[in-house]
Amino acid sequence: MATHKISFNVNGIRETAEVPSNMTLLTLLRERLAITGTKRGCDTGECGACTVLMNAEPVNSCLVLAVEIDGTDIVTVEGLAQDGQLDPLQEAFIQHTGVQCGFCTPGILIAARALLDRNSKPSRREIKDALRGNLCRCTGYTRIIDAIQEAAEVGG
Amino acid sequence: MDAVSKSHVFPSPIGESVTRVDALEKVTGEAKFTDDLQFGAGLLYGQVVRSPHPHAIIKRVDVSRALALPGVRAAVTGEDSDDHIGLYLKDRYIFCRDRVRFVGDPVAGVIAVSESIADEACRLVEVEYEVLEPVLDPLQGVQEGAPLLHPDLGEYVVADFIDPKPGTNIANHFKVRKGDVEAAWSKCDVIVECDFRVPHVQHVPLETHVAVARVDQTGKIILWSSSQSPFAQRNLIAEALNMSQSDIRVIAPYVGGGFGSKAGVSVEGTAVVMARKVPGHPVKMRLTREEEFYCAFVRQGLIARTKVGAKSDGEILAMKTEYYWDAGAYTEYGVNITRASGYSSTGPYRIPNVHADSYCVYTNHPVGGPMRGFGMPEIHWGIEQIMDMVADELGMDKVAFRLKNCLRGGDKNVTGMTMHPIGLAECIEKASKAINWGEKAPASAPHKRRGKGLAIMWKAPAMPPNAGSSAWVRFNEDATVSLGIGGQEIGQGSFTVATQMAAATLGVPLDWIHISAPVDTKYSPYEWQTVASRLTWSMGNAIVQAAEDARRQILDIVAAYWDEDPNDLDVKDGQVISFKSENAIPLKDMVVYGLPLPDDQGWHGGPIIGHGNFMPTYITSLDNETGQGQRAVVHYTTGCQAVDLEVDTETGQIHLLRVASAFDVGKAINPDQVRAQMEGGVVQGASTAILECLQLKDGVPQNPSFTDYRIATSVDIPDEIIPIIVEVPQDDGPWGARGVGEHPMVPTAPAIANAVAAALGVRILEMPMTPEKVFLAIQEKLGEA
Ligand code: FES
Ligand code: FES
Repeated sequence: MATHKISFNVNGIRETAEVPSNMTLLTLLRERLAITGTKRGCDTGECGACTVLMNAEPVNSCLVLAVEIDGTDIVTVEGLAQDGQLDPLQEAFIQHTGVQCGFCTPGILIAARALLDRNSKPSRREIKDALRGNLCRCTGYTRIIDAIQEAAEVGG
Repeated sequence: MDAVSKSHVFPSPIGESVTRVDALEKVTGEAKFTDDLQFGAGLLYGQVVRSPHPHAIIKRVDVSRALALPGVRAAVTGEDSDDHIGLYLKDRYIFCRDRVRFVGDPVAGVIAVSESIADEACRLVEVEYEVLEPVLDPLQGVQEGAPLLHPDLGEYVVADFIDPKPGTNIANHFKVRKGDVEAAWSKCDVIVECDFRVPHVQHVPLETHVAVARVDQTGKIILWSSSQSPFAQRNLIAEALNMSQSDIRVIAPYVGGGFGSKAGVSVEGTAVVMARKVPGHPVKMRLTREEEFYCAFVRQGLIARTKVGAKSDGEILAMKTEYYWDAGAYTEYGVNITRASGYSSTGPYRIPNVHADSYCVYTNHPVGGPMRGFGMPEIHWGIEQIMDMVADELGMDKVAFRLKNCLRGGDKNVTGMTMHPIGLAECIEKASKAINWGEKAPASAPHKRRGKGLAIMWKAPAMPPNAGSSAWVRFNEDATVSLGIGGQEIGQGSFTVATQMAAATLGVPLDWIHISAPVDTKYSPYEWQTVASRLTWSMGNAIVQAAEDARRQILDIVAAYWDEDPNDLDVKDGQVISFKSENAIPLKDMVVYGLPLPDDQGWHGGPIIGHGNFMPTYITSLDNETGQGQRAVVHYTTGCQAVDLEVDTETGQIHLLRVASAFDVGKAINPDQVRAQMEGGVVQGASTAILECLQLKDGVPQNPSFTDYRIATSVDIPDEIIPIIVEVPQDDGPWGARGVGEHPMVPTAPAIANAVAAALGVRILEMPMTPEKVFLAIQEKLGEA
């Protein structure tokens, strides 16, 4: 299979890679770069566990081909904390028990980050709508929504 | 930035809502799940060839074309399965030898250098089948002359409390014969009879099953797996492969959701058998989401025939039930669900005359296994609806009817066991009050109908009588503590509760305790399985013992040093103090290095390590004919949920306004985590009640994807969930605690059904209550009127 040379930023670090045409961004992150915070829940764009930011937009990394990220900025859950400071969303998820098994958490944190970046004071309804594509089987979502609201309130 | 230290409370963290000890790892992406582990260049990928037929004889398997594909390293077939495997009934081979029994049954496996090559190789495996007539319904399966799925049923190794019927498809038959039901009917003023159905649903953990196995050159096995049961997996695989438990090591990182699906053994066996073909190489077996829907466990289907009779004053006199479990192709685990549902068949009611039959029926459907509640959500679907129907017939308020008949401490239950103190009546009162029971509230629009309903529940841990737990605590130089446990963190908060218990017993700050994770059968203490909501209670008792053991050693050493009586000493906030002399010494000065004896006489003490174990010792069996016995279970957790909802009569859509969820947990070690379990259980329960059904057509799953099998999303949740904690202590629970992880799932669906019936006057007897089904029921009722 043909391979392509790409360069991109992941969590602020410049990377280059030689990737086959059919490799997904999710596989590149997890299996090539061993950046495993981003999870694989379905591989078909239906669960949101693999959500990352690509040029500040949330995408399902299982649906993005690695070749498409050439020249872009990718942010994963590992890139949310800055200079040892947790993102307010991360703090709020800890305080509000927005986490149980934690498998959906990285994708949901990223989706929430994208939401707060475009709407700093979302209503509960808006939060629920923004999370439609992110499944969680454990928490029942209530505390996740509480945590996002709290993070928005502290100016996250 | 340690989240825990911020909220740590001294002196005792018991009953405090400390934040989860795993939260920081989980929000930073640091928490490692099995598929996150890196195995380097030697990693190979296993893929399984699965049966396309629900029932067939395997005539021939030819892997030669697959083996010829570049990149393929080896292949396995049924001939590589040594012995049967299974938890309570050993009825399956890891790879089928002669017969396939469900669509998805593993027939062969290939091991290749990449997943895509393994996939391609699977398509090259030739299998010739002789298709057999399938059993697709448990009522068909119990009939005489039905095709037999397991002609060898009589030869299988089986636990002594399971009663298979060789020569039939009945893998277990559990009976209750109590009082005289037939005589009782004539004394009843009201009798209601009704059938209820529950379809197959799937656990849908967000993390699919994944296992990596490596067999070294000496034949020893290491298995990394997403597992609720590292020790049970080690044990079952050892038995199936005729190996020593010591030669198998299971390492179990965080689990991305279990709900029962990752208990026992499923894909792990296939990974191990494949790895044996390529010694030295780790082999990864990862289920796709599609495979997860029908190749891992599913929740069994149920047909419940139910009859209840009561006197005009509301007293229930008799109950008769027949449960036909659609248990699937293998019932190695499911046989005990049948038993548990039999000995819990009355629900938490005081009923003098009971006749119950619970049949575990083999069908050519996906393998039924444990799922959150272990039979209880399924049977309470019918129990709690028929109780409402009886109350309706009597013209009695449903809360009053339940308060009159519900079990209380000291009552004899269905199996003759004397109930321990329980707070069920308090749960009923509090949950109903929380939704203003009895007050009529208007619907929000003319085409909507509002209704309130409730359901109560009970559930005991269903497990072997002697399922045990163990734990150790080990001090480090700075007096921090490594806490060894074999119970797993699957999201339910076990690591946090374990930390609280150890800190409280040792007398050290919470953030001094560190769980020795991941659980590793080579180093971790034994734990039967992380199932049945049993860890807080069972593992908790072991942790308390281990911590007390360490504490005793510490006090003895310091008492000798001070020449005092250990009884005058205590450990508080990480120091040993004397009430008598008011001496104090930090733990870090003595927990590893001991203390010098006076006058240069040498040293006393040594590195402190404490150990503890727990196993219930009082469980007795039940009579095979009557289901009666002294004490068949350790305890029951009970509770009540009350629902206030609205139904849109134009769309059939159910909108949950308020759900009150009250459970008697004995003692909430961490109230916030208890409430989190209630909220999650309510939503998972509502999801199965309204949305979920694994559609099987001629044994073939029709909707194995998130697009076609919907689970609740953020927009489907109730407007408000009101969790209520009731605490009537358990005599042998740590601080009085008993489990609550599964229970909030149990009464949700029937509570919703009862509220729908109150709103519309129609009863939905088969889950799920989809808009279409509700709409049609409304139309039917209009047609009748
Ligand atoms: S893994 Fe990408 S959406 Fe599920
Ligand atoms: S916390 Fe388990 S899936 Fe969300």
